[in-house]
This record gives sequence, C-alpha cells and structure tokens, in this order.
Amino acid sequence: MNSAFAWLFDPEHWSGPSGFPARILEHLTYTGIAVLIAAAIAVPLGAVIGHTGKGTFLVAGLSNGLRALPELGLLTLLVLLTWVGLLPLVISLVILAIPPILAGTYSGVRNVDRAAVDAAHGMGMRGPTVLARVELPNALPLIIGGLRAATLQVIATATIAAYVSLGGLGRFVIDGNNAGAGSPDGYPQMAAGAIAVAVLALLMEGLLELVERLVVSPGVRNQSRARRAVRLRRRPTTDLVENPT
Amino acid sequence: MNIDWPWPWLPANTDDIAEATGEHLYLALLPVLVGLLVSIPLGWAASRWRVARGILVPLAGVLYTIPSLALITLVPLVLGTQIIDPLNVQVPLAVYTIALLVRSVSDALRAVPSEVTAAATAVGYRPLHRFLTVELPLAVPVIVAGLRVAVVSAMSLTAVGALVGIGGLGQLITEGFLRNNGVELVAAIVLIVVIALIIDALLLLVGRIATPWTRTAKGVNS
Repeated sequence: MNSAFAWLFDPEHWSGPSGFPARILEHLTYTGIAVLIAAAIAVPLGAVIGHTGKGTFLVAGLSNGLRALPELGLLTLLVLLTWVGLLPLVISLVILAIPPILAGTYSGVRNVDRAAVDAAHGMGMRGPTVLARVELPNALPLIIGGLRAATLQVIATATIAAYVSLGGLGRFVIDGNNAGAGSPDGYPQMAAGAIAVAVLALLMEGLLELVERLVVSPGVRNQSRARRAVRLRRRPTTDLVENPT
Repeated sequence: MNIDWPWPWLPANTDDIAEATGEHLYLALLPVLVGLLVSIPLGWAASRWRVARGILVPLAGVLYTIPSLALITLVPLVLGTQIIDPLNVQVPLAVYTIALLVRSVSDALRAVPSEVTAAATAVGYRPLHRFLTVELPLAVPVIVAGLRVAVVSAMSLTAVGALVGIGGLGQLITEGFLRNNGVELVAAIVLIVVIALIIDALLLLVGRIATPWTRTAKGVNS
C-alpha cells in the first residue's frame, strides 16, 4: 500500500512526457475528442428520434447490443485493421459513448411535458422551433446526464489505450504489469496508475454534476427539482443506460 | 500492422476455445451470483432504514464510478491477493453487481404497496416469510432488469482482466492481437457477445416465468 502511494507521490513521476500531468492530459484529450464526436452524432439523432417518435427501436437496440461488446476486443481489432494512430481508439470510444448520449437525449425530449409542447404549438411555433426552443431546453438535465454517463465510461475505457501503445493513465498499469510484479516499477506503478484513474473518474463525476447544475435553466430546475433530487440520489442505475465501466 | 485470417486456427483450437469460454463464464457469472445474494439483504436494509439507504446508495454510486481496470488493479492492494488471482477480476464484478442491484432492490421493495404487506400480515405471515414469499417476488421484475445489465456487462468486463494476466476469452483477444490473428480475436469477441445475449435472453425468460401475474394484467409488460 505504502509503495503505491510512494510511487504516486514521487516528484519524479510528476514531470516529463511520461509523468502523471502529461498522462492525465492525454487521457482527457482522448476522452474529450471521443465525447465531442459522439455528442455531435447522438444529440441531433436522439433529438430527432425523440421529437418525431420514429426510430425508437434504434435507441433500445443500440444500448442493449453494445453493452455486450468487449471494448478491448473492438479496440484491438480496429488497431489491427486500420493501424492509423489515434483513429482506432477514437472510433471505439465514440461507439462506446453514443448509446448513453442517444438514450439521454431521446428520453429527455420524449418526456417533455406535453402541455408545454402544446402551448408552443398554440403560440404558432413549428416543429423545429418547438424542438430547439422548448423540447431541448427542457430535456437538458437528461441530455447532460447522458453526457456524464458517456464521459465516465470513456474515461474508464481510455485506460485500455495504453495496451495498443498509446498514452493515457492506463500506461502506468500496463507498464507496471510488463515490468513484473516484483520490480519497484511493477505493482506500485500499476496501483499508482489505478488510483490516478479512479480519482480522475470521481473528480470528473463531481465536475459534471456541477456543470449540470449550472447549465440547466432555473425554470426547468425548479419545476423538476423534486424529480431531479430523486434522480441524483439514485444515480448508479438511472433510467439512462449506464454500464459498469 | 497487418491482420491475418488463418481460418484453420479455429478448428485446430476448439479445445482451447472451450476451456477459455468455461473460464470466462466462471470468472463472470460467479461474482454476479454472489453479488445478487449480497444485494438482497443490503437492498432490504436500505429499503427499511433511512440511514442504511443514506450510506449504501451514495457508496454504490462511488464504487460504480471507479473504472474496472483500476478496481481490478487495486484489489491486491486492498485484499492482499496475488497479482494474478481470479479474485482480482471477480471481486470488482461482484462490487459492480452489488452497486447496481442495491438501489434497484431497495426501490423495488419500497414500491410494494402497503396494502399488500398489510394483507399478508393480516393473514398470518411472519416478517421473514412475508419477505420471501410476498415482497421479494413482487420485486423480481426490477431485480431481473438490474441483473440483466449486470451479467451482460460482466461478460464484457471480464475481458479486461486479460490486461493483468487473468484468463478467460480476454486472453484470446490479447493473444490474437499480439499474433495478428484476426480469427482468434473475432472468435473471442463473437463468443463474448453471443453468450452474453443468450444469458440475457434466458434471464428475461426466467423473469417472465417467475412472475406469471405480470402477464395477466392487460397492457402491462414486465
């Protein structure tokens, strides 16, 4: 236990291209790229499916089918097939991140109070305007919930990047494993990397919860405060698609 | 890097594949079963006492947030197991299962209508008997839903164990990767997905059989 913390807090391991700051940055870069691409695909798609009610099967089917897919297998297969730097990693992380965002956006838009939608129609708004001005703002808590679930899954899975010779915090775990259990850079390094990944995930979770509170419109927040309080407390198995990571 | 497709590899290695599959099932399913058994009393406690709920539910949230590779790596640190002990994969899977199910079980038990429990008490059920024969069966649909997520995730998460040298089909993935053997890699992926989906379907079926009353109510889907 002590050797792991000694490794973790050794100043030598906190500088240079293979130190913790650089690895954390790599990890967050992979995560950011993947979540942004996934959001660019899944938010519009989920919004349209939720708005029109067409293609609902896609939401359920994707989330169920993809949960069984082993990320390690997908990533290694893509590396063997395409071998171009970051591309295989980004593709497999995007595939992982799409279902929760899609499900969040879909159920957010779908569950907007019908009275609000009717009122918008009554005021003369057309479909796209209703979606943009009424449904999406109201759906924001669930959309952000989906983004949060996706981000955490991607952070967890990005550790695997090290296995295919990329960076990120998984590097410490993989390198430690390769160094052998007995070596001073062996298990202590693995455990230090694992602690860093766990702390990063927990910090990110807290940060995204804060963002959710700041971004969501006060009107939506007050109106659904009770419901959201329940949802926040029961987070690990929300109605969104959340997988262990 | 180039990928090879040595198809003869497949028939020549059926024994190894079968062994890896068996190991994978043992690694993935045992923890889910243990997790289920542990989460029922914990979920019951959380449904009964506000304090227990206030501790267990946030704790489950935190444990659930910790990435699998991190948890797998940290088990030896916490429990003092060997680096390649199967427990290193099984303990995290059990933890995830418990984290997932505790809240489901507690919510499901809290959702049992009080008239039902009152009626059971009135006709003479003692608390334990009432819990096992009235409240728990009513919670089955929710528990099965959580269990399906847990088991399918466990099947795919077990593969991560291969990164720290713990077997199962994940080892065919790493081995296939190192040898550029596309057949081995794809065979492992397909087996994991197909077996996971079969178990998922079986659980759905078991859930339906165990709750015949959900089908008699019109328009209610389990």
